[in-house]
Amino acid sequence: MSARVNAVTSTPALPSRRRIGDRLGDVFLHVLTGAAAAAAVALLIAIGWKIFDIAHPAISKFGLAFITHQGWDAIHNRFGALDLIWGTALTSVLALLIAAPVSIAIGLYLSELAPRGARTVIASLVELLAAIPSVVLGLWGILVLGPFVGTQLGPWLHRHLGFIPLFDGTPQNAGILVAVLVLTIMVVPITSSICRELFLGVPTELEEGALALGATRWEMVRGVILPYTRAGVSAAVILGFGRAIGEAIAVSLVIGAGHGIHRSLFATGDTLASKLANEYQGAATNIQIASLVYLAAILLVISLLVNLAAQVIVRRFAHQRTGGS
Amino acid sequence: MEADTMQAVAPIEIAQAREVPLSAAGREAVFETRGLSASYGKALAVANVDLSIYRNLVTAIIGPSGCGKSTFLRSLNRMNDLIPSAKVEGEVLYHGQNIYGDGVDPVEVRRRIGMVFQKPNPFPKSIYDNVAWGLRVLGMKDDLDGRVERALTQAALWDEVRDRLKKSAFGLSGGQQQRLCLARAIAVEPDVVLLDEPASALDPIATSKIEDLMHELKNEYTLVIVTHNMQQAARVADMTAFFTLERTESGGHGVLVEYDETPKIFTQPADKRTEGYVTGRFG
Amino acid sequence: MAVDAGRYSLTPNPRTRRRKLVNVLMQGLATLAALAAVAVLAIVIISVAQRGASALSWDFFTKTAATFGQGGGGVANALVGSFVIVALATAMAVPLGILVALYVSEFAPPRIADLVRLVLDILNGLPSIIIGIFVFGLLVIGSGQAGWKGSFALAIIMLPLVARATQEVLALVPSSLREGALALGASRWRTVLGVVLPTSLGGILTGTVLAVARAAGETAPLLFTTSIAANAVTWDPRQPVLSIPYDIFVLSESPDPADHARAWALGLVLISFVLATSLTARLLLVRYRKKLEG
Repeated sequence: MSARVNAVTSTPALPSRRRIGDRLGDVFLHVLTGAAAAAAVALLIAIGWKIFDIAHPAISKFGLAFITHQGWDAIHNRFGALDLIWGTALTSVLALLIAAPVSIAIGLYLSELAPRGARTVIASLVELLAAIPSVVLGLWGILVLGPFVGTQLGPWLHRHLGFIPLFDGTPQNAGILVAVLVLTIMVVPITSSICRELFLGVPTELEEGALALGATRWEMVRGVILPYTRAGVSAAVILGFGRAIGEAIAVSLVIGAGHGIHRSLFATGDTLASKLANEYQGAATNIQIASLVYLAAILLVISLLVNLAAQVIVRRFAHQRTGGS
Repeated sequence: MEADTMQAVAPIEIAQAREVPLSAAGREAVFETRGLSASYGKALAVANVDLSIYRNLVTAIIGPSGCGKSTFLRSLNRMNDLIPSAKVEGEVLYHGQNIYGDGVDPVEVRRRIGMVFQKPNPFPKSIYDNVAWGLRVLGMKDDLDGRVERALTQAALWDEVRDRLKKSAFGLSGGQQQRLCLARAIAVEPDVVLLDEPASALDPIATSKIEDLMHELKNEYTLVIVTHNMQQAARVADMTAFFTLERTESGGHGVLVEYDETPKIFTQPADKRTEGYVTGRFG
Repeated sequence: MAVDAGRYSLTPNPRTRRRKLVNVLMQGLATLAALAAVAVLAIVIISVAQRGASALSWDFFTKTAATFGQGGGGVANALVGSFVIVALATAMAVPLGILVALYVSEFAPPRIADLVRLVLDILNGLPSIIIGIFVFGLLVIGSGQAGWKGSFALAIIMLPLVARATQEVLALVPSSLREGALALGASRWRTVLGVVLPTSLGGILTGTVLAVARAAGETAPLLFTTSIAANAVTWDPRQPVLSIPYDIFVLSESPDPADHARAWALGLVLISFVLATSLTARLLLVRYRKKLEG
């Protein structure tokens, strides 16, 4: 009895009986894994730092005017990013304009409409589309899709919709339109998978509440599912946008390495990423290399902002929903 | 009945009923089920139910858990259609038409036969929009404000929310959310409202408010309520149907045992199984 | 009772018919979208298979590229090169990825865990060409290209994938398992290495396979780090080594149709590999999930 009382009133330190090796092992593992995590963080910082470091000669020479300067003159070493920024924005925005509704539609199909047995099969097939390497899509783009656009789709669009400036000009086998189509194909699988999971996550009782009122399936989707998943779908679209702006290889193969800012989708062009892929190996002067990496720095900043925007949306709205209910 | 049988069923105090229950005599049958059986895949949930629901009455479905009460209820507005493995046999006649017949549109069925669920499930919208959504979808947009106010008043919620109609429905308490779901259901002017254990997730005070509401609402609607709480049935229902679990080799399924006016079910049940249940001897 | 058909009618009225029409239309559009996606997949795969199959031959797999103008030749150096680069990248990325995931799931305080997770997510979203330029600036400037430098770039891409997959799988390990080991008096590191990690191996394997599939198809990181390669089969990662994706990239821009044929064939090989590994990963995941949930 008294021994028990002692145990309660005084807390004797339990001598650590574990072998030195054991305790060291714990510390060692903690330190090792911590170092790995620190290395990952350091890596990200290093990437940012290094890119700006290599670009520095061009940044100090051209300053921020680089961003608004149009024209890429390797002979006179006068470089500007505006053409590329325009090309990146145009191709990615158009690709998302097509990809976003298509992805939402596919997500809805896979979560609401598809016959049960077919659901996983079709979902897997759509995900397989994401697994196709970008260089293979670029290969297909340059040798199959490009000619198709140049000889069939382009002329058709020009014939019927040529009054719209977008479809002005001569259709070619390469250009903005082909790039937009290729980017769409790359973005849709990613965005639609996320949408599908979001739609599956809507609580059944919410769906039943709408249907019990006598709403049709589509009215239930429009009134309950889409509003409920608004934040996640936005984040998914933004993530898709991030993917599109960063795609170098497939775009460089099909966009035709053109110059200038044109309105027509049939024109050739270039994006920040594709310019890098095309010109880097042929870059002659140091200032040209530095300017190219300046492009990379701009791309990096845009990509980080886009990525962060998606993360913020997800985190803020997830918090809001649980806080509200 | 002999004195000792009266004694044995005393625990249920019929005096708790707020009003004298109404009788079915002379009333129109809103629903008539004939041989209704429902199963999920191979598992039979409820078998061969012949039951009539009468207009402007509160009908309670009671019985032990697992005896298919909810399944039966959901068969009345074709909510079981949403479950892929669900199958329904027999007929459910709504004003003489079989709701499972050819050419019948489940969307129309659910427009006329509304439902309130066990767990309050308001939409992630404002209080106003929760009620207005159904109205807009179904094209009842004239005097939207008036309709919303009427529905919320009938659900005894108007005074509590009139100043915050645009606020999120999630800001309401559980009991208020459930009354909101009720308001949203009656806003579209159904004929019948089905309630699947509407108060089981609520505290006693909220429960009491819902029960009070049912007495008012039955003047305009026909109500069918599933409840696992037989005192609630005794308080609220005019007619009561007792279901029980019939065991078979493959498990068991629910069957309708007895259906009669509430006082009779609780004081002079005709079936031994009913008696056993309402006296608390089992289940 | 007489059927009051008007008031209680359950057959559609004009307004309901219109709503149902919209409903059917929307369903049709959604189905069309899904079918279009599957159709595109089929078209691409069939294109590659058709055009690539004709160039496949024994020579294709065993010889290196013929000199310009002559027929024949193969892509042996690209096949070997890719194998070497990806294998090396896997060896770099997997241990590091597992360690990072272990830190986040077992040791890190919540805010730091969030930070590391955010960093991994950002790394995952970075355009791969930027990673290529980074490694170029870090390692290639001044000392030239090498296969292992390309591997390093690929490893950066694989790291977030392996880390995230490992993290998810570690989170699935029931805490009762961890607590059981700790309650026996086992130390932290023994618990992690002896109980938690072995239970998670299936998931880690799946994550690795998926990361390999991704790395095998990446071109941009290799553009600046291992592209100027000799036309000979080499197993030495200290030399710049040719890779399948880069070869496709170069061949597809060439005007020579023979080069295009080789590009298609390489594309077929690459797609086959990527699809096979993706499917394997999926099957592994299903089997692993079943085992874990018992």
